[in-house]
Amino acid sequence: MTASVELARSDTESSVIGAMSCALVRDVRVALRSKSELGVQLLFYVIVVTLFPLASSPSRDVLATIGPGVLWTSALLASLLSLPRLFASDFHDGTLEQIALSPRPLPALMSGKIAAHWVTTGLPVVMMAPLLGAQYALDGDALGTLGVSLLIGTPILSLLGAVGAALTLGARGGGSLLALLVLPLYVPVLIFGAGAVDAVRAGVSASAHLSLLGAGLLMALVAVPFAVSAAVRIALD
Amino acid sequence: MLINWYRFSSPVSFYPLAGSWSYLFGILAALLAGAGLFVALVAAPTDATQGDAYRIIYIHVPAAWMAMFIYLVMAGWSAFALGFNTRLSAMMAQALAPTGAMMAALALWTGAFWGRPTWGAYWAWDARMTSTLILLFLYLGIIALRHAIEDPRRADRACALLALVGAVNVPIIYFSVQWWNTLHQGSSISLTVAPKMALTMLLGILVMTAAAWCYTIAVTLARVQSIIVERERGAEWLDSLIHLEAAR
Repeated sequence: MTASVELARSDTESSVIGAMSCALVRDVRVALRSKSELGVQLLFYVIVVTLFPLASSPSRDVLATIGPGVLWTSALLASLLSLPRLFASDFHDGTLEQIALSPRPLPALMSGKIAAHWVTTGLPVVMMAPLLGAQYALDGDALGTLGVSLLIGTPILSLLGAVGAALTLGARGGGSLLALLVLPLYVPVLIFGAGAVDAVRAGVSASAHLSLLGAGLLMALVAVPFAVSAAVRIALD
Repeated sequence: MLINWYRFSSPVSFYPLAGSWSYLFGILAALLAGAGLFVALVAAPTDATQGDAYRIIYIHVPAAWMAMFIYLVMAGWSAFALGFNTRLSAMMAQALAPTGAMMAALALWTGAFWGRPTWGAYWAWDARMTSTLILLFLYLGIIALRHAIEDPRRADRACALLALVGAVNVPIIYFSVQWWNTLHQGSSISLTVAPKMALTMLLGILVMTAAAWCYTIAVTLARVQSIIVERERGAEWLDSLIHLEAAR
């Protein structure tokens, strides 16, 4: 509630950047107030990654082969699990409606929210990944590429996921419906992200994969906030 | 002759038209499918390398084409629904989704049955198969979202938005999967049929595709009719129409 008051108070400077940073700061602050929830999400990533060697084989060859795919798939699942947080609580206590009513441009506010979601859920995964990658017998170059590919790729996951999260607001079926909507859209990110690490392991340059991921990120950055605001308006209707 | 197309954007005037066109295209689909199956199963020669197993392409290829094409048409209707806020466009998109999903499933199913005798496996992670599978997931996602939202008008717009987001993603998914496949395992298996196709084979595929088109139109229009009846129940025009048909 305090946040919506803040939004209303500072609407004289109705610039796009101002709106974005306002939403970003507010959401990060709200997220940091429930640190244990953030910790649990990161732990989920760690545990899922830990399960795969137990299910397949502890041999270094096998681990290095499946490693990039496992780390990326787990990042997808961790992102998916954190998506309901993005809008659900704001939707239920009416904050989202206040945000939509504010004179600030809604796409800018949505970009801020999505950025905050990535900072609190995507970034920890990116920082944790090289450590977990070492468990999968990946060497220095591959670990570096893994970090870079996740750094470019996880924002796309937050962006695409935000569309699904906004569309399923107030819908029955919750989490599993969100998975059905969002995971097919994640496929290209998974392919290029894990592909980049595989390319380095095969001794080829990963720049093609990373460039495509970067292109995807730019496209999503431009288009997604508008789609999300449209979806939020549909949900609030 | 000038037809006022806007007239048919209202369910009231579209309902009878949908009924008669559905009937017409249904008959056309049956005739074309009969002719197409005759060409496919009797007239067309046996393939030199694949034997008679290849004959499943007469179902497989039209189904795969329709699966992709219906998604495009659905996205088009969705754009109309969002842009002009027309109810009927959203109903058309809603009516197309199950047929599209069925065509995608049919393409995968027949593809598996074709793959087993020709290259020894029901499933390979071929680019086209994988992207068709993801297309099926996109269809199922749209259908699931439709059923998860209570208010039909809200569901209309949410599904329309999802269909458009999906439409932007479909080519990206297709190319990413294709690239992934060539990077990982090389094209050890070629799905393309013999380079030079006999004329009767091509004719069979074209006739069967036309049949699939007519079937899709007939089924979609029939489904639109039921959607109209479901949504407009209690409306005066519908009640009087139903009484009229009952009295006949």
